[in-house]
Amino acid sequence: MKPVHLLAVFAENKPDQLARVTKELADASVNIHWVGIADMQRFGVIRFLLDKCDLAYQWLKQHGFTVSLVEVLAAEVEDRPGSLHRVASLLSENGISLNNCSGFVFKNRAIVILEVTELARARQILLAQDIPLLSEEELLSL
Amino acid sequence: MYWQPDIETLPAKSLQELQLQRLCEVVARVAATVPLYQRKLAEAGVRTDDIRSLADVHRLPFTTNADLRENYPAGLLALPRNEVARLHTSSGTTGKPKALFFSRRDVDQAAELIARCLVMTGCSHGDVLQNMMTYGLFTGALVMHYGAEKAGLMVIPAGPGNSERQLMLMQDFRTTVFHTTPSYALYLADFMEKAGVDARRDLALRKAFIGAEAHSEETRRKIEGAFGIDAYNSYGLSETNGPGVAFECEQKHGMHLWEDNFLLEIIDPATGEPVPDGERGELVLTTLNREAMPLLRNRSRDLTAVIPEPCPCGRTHRRLTRITGRADDMLVVRGVNLYPQQIERVLMGVPELGRNYLIHLRGLDEMTVKVELAPASFDGRAENLLRLEGRVAEKLRAEILVKPRVELAAPGTLPVSEGKARRVIDERVL
Repeated sequence: MKPVHLLAVFAENKPDQLARVTKELADASVNIHWVGIADMQRFGVIRFLLDKCDLAYQWLKQHGFTVSLVEVLAAEVEDRPGSLHRVASLLSENGISLNNCSGFVFKNRAIVILEVTELARARQILLAQDIPLLSEEELLSL
Repeated sequence: MYWQPDIETLPAKSLQELQLQRLCEVVARVAATVPLYQRKLAEAGVRTDDIRSLADVHRLPFTTNADLRENYPAGLLALPRNEVARLHTSSGTTGKPKALFFSRRDVDQAAELIARCLVMTGCSHGDVLQNMMTYGLFTGALVMHYGAEKAGLMVIPAGPGNSERQLMLMQDFRTTVFHTTPSYALYLADFMEKAGVDARRDLALRKAFIGAEAHSEETRRKIEGAFGIDAYNSYGLSETNGPGVAFECEQKHGMHLWEDNFLLEIIDPATGEPVPDGERGELVLTTLNREAMPLLRNRSRDLTAVIPEPCPCGRTHRRLTRITGRADDMLVVRGVNLYPQQIERVLMGVPELGRNYLIHLRGLDEMTVKVELAPASFDGRAENLLRLEGRVAEKLRAEILVKPRVELAAPGTLPVSEGKARRVIDERVL
C-alpha cells in the first residue's frame, strides 16, 4: 500500500504564486485532487494532492520551485457528528500533536487528512481503533 | 613555490631598506610632477628630504577618494600622457569615476604581482584559468589576465555571467582555476546544482580566486564545499594596482601584502592615527613601484588588521586579515554600529539557509534581513520555516545586538548581481 504524499511548495507572499505553480502543473498534465495553503503572512506553503506526485515533484524542482514531499495519513471516518472529534481525541490522548489537518466529504465518504510528526505511531493508534487509512491509490480513485 | 623567491623571502630589514629608498623616490617624483601633491606637501610643511625613515611616512598627507574624483581625469598623472599604456577606472556610485593610469612598466609590474600570487597558491604552467571578472574599465579581469599569462597559465577570458556558457567552458577546456566574486561563485554553485552537475565528478576544478567583494570565512567554506576546491582570498584596490595587492598563500590564513610594492599602514579611520599591529583599522597604502600614478597614503576605506606573526610559507611580506568591512559600509541601526559582513557570517553559518541575502532598512530603523532558504532544507512544513526565521533572528541579535526581522525567500529569488552584489538597501527616513 503506497502511503499518501502531498506535494508541498514554498511560496513567497506575492499575488502570482499560486498561478505560477498551477501553470506548471497544467503544463505537466498533472491533475490536482486537493489543495491547501498554509498562510504564514510573509510566506506560505501550498500543499497539493496530485495524481502524478513524483512527476510533479521533479517537474517543479527543475523549474526552480522549492518543493518537498510530505507523507500524511488519510483517515476515513463516518459522515456524522463526532467523527473528527474521535480522531482528534485519540491522537491527543496519545500525545500526538497535529501539524495540519483538513477534511472533506465526497459522495458521503468523510476523509480527514492528517499531518503529524510521529506518523508511524499515529498510524498504529488509528488502525488499532479500526479507523481505516486510505492508500494513495484509494484516495485518488475517490 | 615562489615566483620571485629573492624578493618574496627578503629579510624584513632589507625589505624596509628597499621601502625607504623607494618611498623617497616616490615622494620626490610626485613633488616634482603632480600639482595636488605639491600643494598637499606644502600644506603639511614636508619637504622631500624630510623623509629619512619609514616612520616619517606619518608626516605625509593622505590621498582620499575625493582627491581622486576632484582631479579627474588626469590631475594625478605623474608621466607625460604619451607614456601612458592603459587607462582603467574605478566605479563611483555617484558622478565621475576615478581615472587610473598604467605605464607600460606598471602593466608589467602588476602582472608580476599577480604571477607571485598565483604561484603562491600552487598554480603553475598547465593550469587553466577561467577569468569571470568583468573585462573592460574595471581592473579585476585584465590585471589578472596579464599576470596569469605571465605565470604560464592558459587563460579563458570568459568575463562574468552567462552561467550556462561558464559551465560549458569549464567542461570543454578542463578549467582548473576560476577567478570571480564571492556572490557569483555562490550563484554559479546554485546554477550547477540545478543543472545536475557535480563539480567533483564532472569538472577538473582545483582552485578559485575570490575577490572584489569582502566576504566571510563561512562564505569561503561554502564555495569550497560546493565546488570541492580550495578558494583563496584576493585583495585588490583599483587605485593602487587592481587585484594582486594582497593574496592568500597555501596556508589560507591571511593575505600577504607585497611590501616591496606598497607601504602599508593601518590607521584609526576616525583620527587618522596609526593603530598597533594586530588591531583593526583602515588600510592605507603608499605605492612604491608605480610610475604613471603613484599615490601617497591612499585611504582604502577597507578595514583590516596586520597579522604580525611570520607565515610558515616563508614569505616575509606581512599578512592582512580578511577585510571585515569598508569604513563606508558601516551601518548604524538603533544606535548600534554594525557591518554587513557580520550578518553574512551568521547567515552563512546556518546550514538551512541559502547563499543570497539582502539587508533592508526602512522607516525608522526597521531592519529586515531577507535570506534564501536552502532547497534541501525545505520539508514542506510551514511551522518549521517560522521556527527557522526565529532562530536566525536570535542568532543575529546575539552577533549584532539588534534583532532584525528575518524573512525567508525562495531559493534563487533574491537579486544576485554578477559583479558586485548589492546587499544593503537603505530606505530609512532619518
